[in-house]
Formats: sequence, C-alpha cells, structure tokens
Amino acid sequence: MYLLKLLKNRTKTKQAIMNNTLLILKQEYLKRVKKKSFIILTILMPFLIAGVYGLVIYFSIKDDTEERTIAVYDATNLFLGEFTDQGTTKYHFVPKEEFSSLKTNLKGSGYYGLLYIPSDIYSNNLAQLFSEKQLPFELTEQIQRKLSRFIENDKRQKVISEAGIPNLEESLDKTKTWVNLSTLKITESGETKKSSSIVAFIASYAMGLIIYFFVFMYGAMVMRSVMEEKKSRIIEVIISSVKPSQLMAGKIIGTALVGLTQVAIWVILGGIGLVVVQSFFTPESAQQMGQNLMETQGQMNPAMTQAAEPNKVMEVMEMIGNLNLPLILFSFVFYFLAGYLLYSALLGAVGAAVDNDEDSQQMVFPVTFPLILSIMLLFPIAKNPEGALAFWCSIIPFTSPVAMMARVPYDLPLWELLLSMGLLVLTTIGCIMAAAKIYRIGLLMYGKKVNIKELIKWLRYKG
Amino acid sequence: MELFEARNVNKVFASTQALTDVSISVKEQSIFGLLGPNGAGKTTLIRIINQITAPDSGEIFLKGKRMNRADISHIGYLPEERGLYKKMKIGEQAIYLAQLKGMSHRDATKNLKLWFEKFDIMPWWNKKVEELSKGMQQKVQFITTVVHQPKLLIFDEPFSGFDPINANLLKKEILNLKKEGATIIFSTHNMGSVEELCDHIALINKSKKIEDGPTDEIRMKYKSNTFDIKYRGDFNKVDLALGTDYNIISHNESEKENTLKVQYLNGNSNNNLLSAIMPVAEVLSFEELIPSMNDVFIKAVEESNKN
Repeated sequence: MYLLKLLKNRTKTKQAIMNNTLLILKQEYLKRVKKKSFIILTILMPFLIAGVYGLVIYFSIKDDTEERTIAVYDATNLFLGEFTDQGTTKYHFVPKEEFSSLKTNLKGSGYYGLLYIPSDIYSNNLAQLFSEKQLPFELTEQIQRKLSRFIENDKRQKVISEAGIPNLEESLDKTKTWVNLSTLKITESGETKKSSSIVAFIASYAMGLIIYFFVFMYGAMVMRSVMEEKKSRIIEVIISSVKPSQLMAGKIIGTALVGLTQVAIWVILGGIGLVVVQSFFTPESAQQMGQNLMETQGQMNPAMTQAAEPNKVMEVMEMIGNLNLPLILFSFVFYFLAGYLLYSALLGAVGAAVDNDEDSQQMVFPVTFPLILSIMLLFPIAKNPEGALAFWCSIIPFTSPVAMMARVPYDLPLWELLLSMGLLVLTTIGCIMAAAKIYRIGLLMYGKKVNIKELIKWLRYKG
Repeated sequence: MELFEARNVNKVFASTQALTDVSISVKEQSIFGLLGPNGAGKTTLIRIINQITAPDSGEIFLKGKRMNRADISHIGYLPEERGLYKKMKIGEQAIYLAQLKGMSHRDATKNLKLWFEKFDIMPWWNKKVEELSKGMQQKVQFITTVVHQPKLLIFDEPFSGFDPINANLLKKEILNLKKEGATIIFSTHNMGSVEELCDHIALINKSKKIEDGPTDEIRMKYKSNTFDIKYRGDFNKVDLALGTDYNIISHNESEKENTLKVQYLNGNSNNNLLSAIMPVAEVLSFEELIPSMNDVFIKAVEESNKN
C-alpha cells in the first residue's frame, strides 16, 4: 500500500517535471517562431537563394542588350566581310586618317571601341583593341574568334588548293573531334551511375556551411536566451518553479524544434521549387535550351556543336538525383541535432556563467573555436574528402558535425560514419552533463568575473 | 500548528559558511520575519526553502512532512532581485509563470484577471513589460507570486520599488493573504514594517541564528528598564529621592510639567521606581520605553559581533 502510494507520488512528480519541461519548450518555441524576423528569414531565404541563382543564370544566358559600335581600321582590307554586325554589336570600318584621330580622341566619338588590324596580322597573329572602358569578356572573345577563324580558314583554303587533293576539305572536316567526358561512378552494388564530382563538391561544401550556420545561430540563440533570463533577473523566479535542468532541456529542445521547423519549411519549399523547375525543363524544353546554348557556343567551335551532349540541364538534375539524398538528409538532421545539442549546451553554460556581454564574448571564442576551425578547413575537406585531414576532422566530435557533413555527399565507408556519430553522441552527453552543472551554479552567480579555470573548478563542486 | 520547519540547516559555499545549524519554525497563518544584516545568510536560507539550493545537512518540512520537489508548487516566492521577460506581454507572461507553478491555463487566466482588476492594471494586460513603469512591473511581479494561492509565501524586500501609496496597498494585501490562510516568510531591512506586520521574527547574523521569538517578546527582551516620566514638582527633590540606584538620562523642566528619562539598574523594579518618586512629586504619566525593532536589530547584531 505504502509502495503504491510512493509510486503514485513519483509518477505525479515525474509528470509535473514533464509538464514543466513541455511548457518551457512550448514557450521557447512559440516565442521564436512567432517572431517576425524568423518568419521573414524562413520564407525569404529560399527565394533569396533561388533568386540569386536565377539572376546568375539569367545574366549568363540572356543576350547583351547594350548597343556597341566598334570602329575597325583594317590595314589588310581583308576582313570587311567577316565583321558583319552581330546582335547588338556593330562594326564600322574607318579609313586610316579617321583611325589616327580616333586613337587620340575616342571619347565623344560615339564608338565603343577601336579595333586595329595591322597589315602583318597573318604573320604576327596580333591585333589591337582600344577602349576607354573595361571591355566585356564576350566582346573580346567574339573579335578574337572572328579574326582567328578568318585567318585559319584562309590559310586552310590555301593549303587545300595548293595540295590539289580532291575532297580534301570534307575529309579534313571529318577529322575534327570533340570528346565528351561523362563521368560514371561504380557503386557497391555494381551498377553505374552518372556522377559529377563538381555536384558532390558543391553539395558537400554547402552542407558543411549550412550545419555550421545552424549550429552557430541556434547555439548562440540559446546562449542569448539564458543570458537574458539571468540579466533580467527572472531566473530566480523561474528556478523556484522548475529545476534548472528542466529549464535548460526545454530551452534547448524548443530552440532545436525551431531549427527543424525552418529546415522542414525549406525542404518543402525546395521540393516544390524542384518540381516547378522540372516541369519547366521537360526533356523537350531542355533540349531546346541546350540547342540555344549550343548556337551561341557554336561559333566558337563548330565541331563541338555536332558532338555535344544534347541535354545538360537534365544531366545536372540526374546528378543531383544520384546523390544519396535520404542519407544526406538523415545525416544532416543527425549532425545538426547532435552538433547543436553539443554546442548549445556549452554556450548555454557560458550564458549562465557570465553576466555581461563582454565576458560572454571572451568565453564564446574558446568554446566555439573547434567549430570555427572546422569551417576554415571545410574547403580542403570538401576538395579531398578521403584525405587524412578530412578523416580526423570528421571523427573528432567537436569538428565532426561540419566536417562529416562535408564528406557525406561522397560515398564513404559506413564504419567511419558510425564511429563519428557514436563519438559525437557520447561527447554530447558528457558535455551536457558538465554544462548542466555549470549552468546550475552560474545562474545565480552575479558580479564574479568567470574564466575557463573557474568553470572547471565549478565542475568539481558537489551537490 | 507549524506550517514550515527547518531543522539544523548547514550550508557551505566554497570556503564561506553561509548557514550554521539554523532552525526555524513558522506557524500556520502567521507572518514570520527573517531578519539579518547583508550577507548573513537569509537569501541562502530562502533559496533552500525554495529548493533552488540544497542544504549540506539538515532537513526542511512542510506541514510536518519532509519537503520534496513537488512541494514547490505550494510556495510563492518574490525574490529580492526580481525581473520579468522584457519582450513578453504581461498577461501572457503571468499565465506562463502561473502554469509553471502547476496551474491550468484556465484557472490562471481567471485568477489573474481578478488580481489585475484589484491592482488596477487590467488595461496593461497586452502591454510588454518594457513599456511598464517600475512600480507597475512590481505589481505584476507580486501578482505572479501569489496567483497560484500558495500555502507558503516568501517575500524578500517586497516593498522596494514601491511608492508609499502602493507600499500601503501591498501591506494591506499581505495582511489580507494572511487572513485568508496563507503563511508568510518576510525578509526585509525595513524594521518599521517588521513591527507592523510580523508575528514572529528570527534574526540571523554571520550564518547563525541569534534571536528567535514573537516580535513583542523580543522587543521586551531588549528593553533597558528606561522610563519616560511626566511629573509636577521640584527636579532637585526627585533627583535626591532617586539617589544612586537610578540613572537619570535626561530631564526637562517647564511651567506645565517636568519630564524625566530614567533607567533603573538590575535588581530593581518598576514599582520601586514609582514609589521612590511618588513621595516628592505628583506623577502625571509613567511609561516604559520599549525599543523599536531597529534598536533591537542593531543591539543584537552588535552584541553578537562582539562575541
């Protein structure tokens, strides 16, 4: 009977503790999710990223609309037919006298640039383009291409006619070759998949970066929240109602859910975006677009046109699809949570230990140093994901959230992933226990300058 | 019947002794004054009662049972250093704090509305704390302390930050809470309010309890057998009659009446003093001077520091 009562009491107490943690969790979660800055950032971020990508693609595909007229002085008198107007770029041939005057006085002449084709261009392969402004890359390339192609064709014709071999031109054309290298990866199951190291690299770099920002952003959020409670002195009221450990748990979990909410929204928006993009780029439209691209490239290398892969966009899509997306998503959530728990516990303890912003800044650096180190090493890790640096950084718990995430897009041995995860979990549990102790002692400690040595002393306090 | 009891509580922080063998017992439906100089250990004791800190040794009881974690929902605590979430609306915040003390959302809202009406701050329900004046914040803070109808209330310097009008309102509410059955532990340096409110006091100095008892008895204990006497007659005759057994502290003569402040030494009595004067003068009034709580505090602490 007594035992039953005791048991009942215990479950009651447990329930109360659960309820309080849930209350705090809910409070922390709603407080942040309802914030305008959160809503704006969450909704806007994907559009912002999509917008930036869109702009880059747009500008690289879209025609240059600026009208440019280039004055050409052709000392050889050979290129008149070659420099016809192309798109918005117009060519105007000028006599020698005008060339001399333009050379000294290009400004105000209305010409964008001045091309000088010297008479010895056939032997020297040298021409000059004068301009006042920085010339667009496409323009110089276009002129270069025109000059080179004309001279090359001319020389070729001469060789062909001198050799006197029938159908030589056709035969020579047939020798032109352009090899497309499509990279294939052999997976463990033996099937081959199209892969692109560049896609994996981008994915790996982006993953590491995202983890870093999430862990840092949400860890700092926990710290600021702890500091706010301490600074506003509400903390004593709160911990006379709930245990500090409950408060910390509610805070950390609540903030983590905010992060996951953000990721979920982004994944959903991203998914929608992907579907939209895919419906835009149906195979036919992609083919169309591919051809458009080729037309512009065609002039540069006619041979390439004939042999080029017809469907670049679809290929990239396929490559993204061939990344192990479920594994990446799972690892992302895992490393985000574990990394976040690890650092937010530590930062929460820092927030509890200090009572002004200056001290917190001094303490934050040593605590977050491994995280900062891992972001500095992200580039070499993503570039060489099989190297020793990548291996150790992704195994050591304090750097592994970022470093391992950078390696996951490349296939890596399962045992390395499991070892990294296991070590991270153990370290996180240990750090949470230590942090909880510092947190409890620090919360009501005011006016004391705290340093790492002091914190270690707190860890040895009993009770 | 004791509502709360602390038995032989000890607490050491790093190298400083915060509490040495402190025991107090607080009667149900009474106001208990916990007094002492700064750094004496009052806050530590209060935090132990609130289970914010655990004692190194000793036990605490609520209604005769050892206190456990669940009991803190029966306590309302207004700490000396207090604050609220600045960015949160006060109504929402008060509900949250009441829920942390175990109230349901509905009950909390209902009770809070009553209190907000009582304190005239209902129009501020949806305002953020940072928009409120200090006095209004203190009102909100007080409400959040009492809204869950705790059996035991702990007020640490409750009047700081209140203007005299609001301090009076608060005093009335505290007495009201007592009348309705609450037991109150009250810590303050304002000795006037101790005399007014406290039924019982304990004085702590340098981690040790040095005085404990009903407020009146403690004051009596510290009386110095000094009397204010108004009389009609010749001072010189009175002086002669009192002789060396009595110590005249001050005297004043006027046409209407003479006054005399006099102290008798140990072994004497009130009646002896009176009968020594009566033959030589007409006594108009005879009043023993009871020390104020302020005097008691200073005297007790100074004495304890000497030892």
